[in-house]
Amino acid sequence: MQTLTFPTTFDILDDIRTFVGDQARKAGFNAKDIYSIQLATDEAASNVIEHAYERKLDGRFDVSCEFRMESFIVILLDHGKAFDPSQVEEPNLKADLSDRKIGGLGIYLMRKLMDEVRYESTQAGNLLTMVKRKG
Amino acid sequence: MEINTKEFKHCDMVSIEGRVDSSTAPQLSKALDAVTEKGVYKIVVDMSQLEYMSSAGFRTLLATQRACRRYNRGEVVLASVPVRIREALELAGFTELFRISGDPLEAVGSL
Repeated sequence: MQTLTFPTTFDILDDIRTFVGDQARKAGFNAKDIYSIQLATDEAASNVIEHAYERKLDGRFDVSCEFRMESFIVILLDHGKAFDPSQVEEPNLKADLSDRKIGGLGIYLMRKLMDEVRYESTQAGNLLTMVKRKG
Repeated sequence: MEINTKEFKHCDMVSIEGRVDSSTAPQLSKALDAVTEKGVYKIVVDMSQLEYMSSAGFRTLLATQRACRRYNRGEVVLASVPVRIREALELAGFTELFRISGDPLEAVGSL
């Protein structure tokens, strides 16, 4: 498993996408799946910075990924405020322009882009695991 | 990310180059606000040079579309949307909220 530690600032999102993108490419994923993995990880990391650390700039969090049993696994570990994405209300995609809620979209995308999204609050920190299966 | 705004007779064209995420979306938001603050509500967003857009960018587009459609005074049209970005917009249910054009200049002519 490859792990990198990042500061809680939005300008590292580019580096996070490059990191998971390179690993997914090495694992043989196609361009569409690589984009999905990058977008889902970006949304997850943005949420960590925005909600778990409430934009405090001195935090650190880990992004790990590995390819195992034909699945690409991305794990985010942070030590900020517990934030359970499954508690976030799904956006109503049928709502028209004026009623469309602006939040919850990132989490919705994570669930749609990946095959599995799991959240656990552990002693080691908040653990978000996302899985993309090959093919 | 780089943003260029070009004025046409009936609308403005905002061209985005590079990547829009939580870090760069505020810059896009500023550029689009600058257009609506002049009283221009017909906007073509040229995405031909756009490489990536996260939900932070989608939210910015949604806020601008709301401002433009108010009182039926205009709209935001998305032009030359790259395939990966179009797929993500579709997943987010955004393709129903915007007219999507294959060509930026054709979009300018349609406004």
